[in-house]
Amino acid sequence: MSDDTETEKDWVYRDSTKKLLMRLLLVGCVLSVLAELFVLDRKGKFGVDGFFGFYAFIGFVSCTIMIFVAKLLGLVLKVRPDYYEKNGKEGEQ
Amino acid sequence: MIWHPAFVLIFGALLVPLLGGKLRSLYVIALPMVALIAVALLPKGDHMTVSWLAGFGDLTLLRVDGYSKPFGYIFTINAIAAFVFAFHVKDSNQQVSSLFYIGSALGAVFAGDLITLYVFWEVMAVASTMLILARRSSRSMGAGFRYVLVHILGGLLFLAGIVITYNHSGTIAFDGFNPETDKHLGTWLILIGFLVNAAAPPFSAWLSDAYPEATVTGSVILSAYTTKTAVYALIRGYPGWDILITVGCFMALYGIVYALLENDMRRILAYSIINQVGFMVCAVGIGTAMCLDGAIAHAFCHIIYKSLLWMSAGAVLYRVGKSKCTDLGGLYKSMPLSLWLGCIGALAISAVPLTSGFTSKTIILAGAAYEHHFWPWFILEIASAGVFLHAGIKFPYFVFFAKDQGHKVEEAPRHMIWAMGILAFFCIALGLFPKPLYALLPNHGSYDFSAWKPEKVITQLQLLLLSALTFFVWIKWLKRTDTIVLDTDWFYRKGGPLLQRVVGKVLNGLNAVTYQGVIGRLVPRISSFAQSAPSRIFAAALVPIWVAQGIRGEALTAKREDFFNQSRLGAFAVGITACLGVLVLALLFFF
Repeated sequence: MSDDTETEKDWVYRDSTKKLLMRLLLVGCVLSVLAELFVLDRKGKFGVDGFFGFYAFIGFVSCTIMIFVAKLLGLVLKVRPDYYEKNGKEGEQ
Repeated sequence: MIWHPAFVLIFGALLVPLLGGKLRSLYVIALPMVALIAVALLPKGDHMTVSWLAGFGDLTLLRVDGYSKPFGYIFTINAIAAFVFAFHVKDSNQQVSSLFYIGSALGAVFAGDLITLYVFWEVMAVASTMLILARRSSRSMGAGFRYVLVHILGGLLFLAGIVITYNHSGTIAFDGFNPETDKHLGTWLILIGFLVNAAAPPFSAWLSDAYPEATVTGSVILSAYTTKTAVYALIRGYPGWDILITVGCFMALYGIVYALLENDMRRILAYSIINQVGFMVCAVGIGTAMCLDGAIAHAFCHIIYKSLLWMSAGAVLYRVGKSKCTDLGGLYKSMPLSLWLGCIGALAISAVPLTSGFTSKTIILAGAAYEHHFWPWFILEIASAGVFLHAGIKFPYFVFFAKDQGHKVEEAPRHMIWAMGILAFFCIALGLFPKPLYALLPNHGSYDFSAWKPEKVITQLQLLLLSALTFFVWIKWLKRTDTIVLDTDWFYRKGGPLLQRVVGKVLNGLNAVTYQGVIGRLVPRISSFAQSAPSRIFAAALVPIWVAQGIRGEALTAKREDFFNQSRLGAFAVGITACLGVLVLALLFFF
């Protein structure tokens, strides 16, 4: 992609902006985990949740699992938008 | 003097057709304001008791306590914002239906007995159907028809439950059913009736089917009342019923997965309602004072931020005329206020610290943890992360950013922005200063709770930031497709034919294998065995005799073959009897 088109694009869609935002997000993630060091007396309610970075871990892992479970279910559950309008084939009416 | 807030709206609605233009729009905004004042002035206790059939006890039209009053407040506050949002609406049918609907929802939460609750419950179902039909499209007609059928079923189950429960306990009072002693068919039927309205799977498809087909303003109003009235009814009637923990956790996860699959922005929000109601239902299942307060606080805040999100989506639909994510994108330039106000709703639903979702959802999570319910707590924490994924990021990202579809539209009308502004204010205000909300809760002060603990804020930020990171890491996998998603109808639309195919393959395959094995192989073998076995036995039995006679080697083989063939053909020189005689003699000779 040439620089001309890059600068013509709205700032939101520029690759440089996307990179910057992604870096900011990563910094935010790291800071949120490091901030846990300053809460010295953090105890888990169940033990396991008292481990350092537990919430960051389940945040990432559970969301990843949910995305892929949704993707897999999509193979079975997704249908064309006119599915219910199809006449005489599948669906109603 | 006591004014019933429900009657303020219902009787007030009767005057709507007599007014016109802006006066009518102002009048429908003023009505919920009067109802709000009426709620605020209600003294605690039972009022408006009416005697009806002898022996059935009095009907209590107005029961005011710590459970019903918070719902009264939020129902009326939200109604004010919703009617400001709907200021442009000229259709008096929608206005009257909305007032009946909100009025009957108020009637249901202030009902002190099962009969009053049932009557308002049914009025609510009919009035809400009108809001769906008001869009006057073939899709909304279909959706409205399906919606009313489901709610008639739910209402009938509820009614049957009331009859059986009355027969069982001899009272129509609507108090908590004891999870140990009150489990019988009647209470189970009432519970199913409530769960239908709460959109608990497998009775949930009506919500995602109907709400997105309602009018722009109709769906804003619908999003708040039916499910939350059901949540109120569950809080009142079924605290501590364990089954609700499972149901709630399932709803929380189900809503996320479906919202991730959806392409239509209003359907994403519809599934998100199910997810959020899941938190409340789970809290009711745990049933402690803290969890019940959490459910009420969360319902309160949820109504605000969910209406805000529906308004943001409604403003987009109003301006662009499209609601599919694949058709939207790049609207941040033309509708910046709708974006930012919608984002406040998105942050609140995600329970970001400083917003109302954080101060209310945290009560439920803390309540689950206090009771050492690990799995419900864990699932709700996961669901919290998932909410940010689908409602907090996916909705604003695909609607306002993503790929610029080149829609050149104006910002939402000023009254819509004002309505969103009112609700956004509450989202932030209740996040920063939750004490007035906590003070409304029925069990406030009976437990130790503070949302603003440093460790809770930090861990919540961790959860949400990593959830956001997940979204952008896997963004290619989240690419929108122009599809719709089947719900429980999958079982008969896809599952039925699939079952037919699988059963056909399995049974036909089994049939073929059986044919080949039994008819093709086993039967000929049995036949051959039946033909030759006696002859072979005879031949084998005679071999020792022949050996004793000195016959050996090839001669023996030839003799045996010859005997075998003769035996098969029945062509012995001597009869069978003589042969058997020889055999018997041989046996006598050897033994």
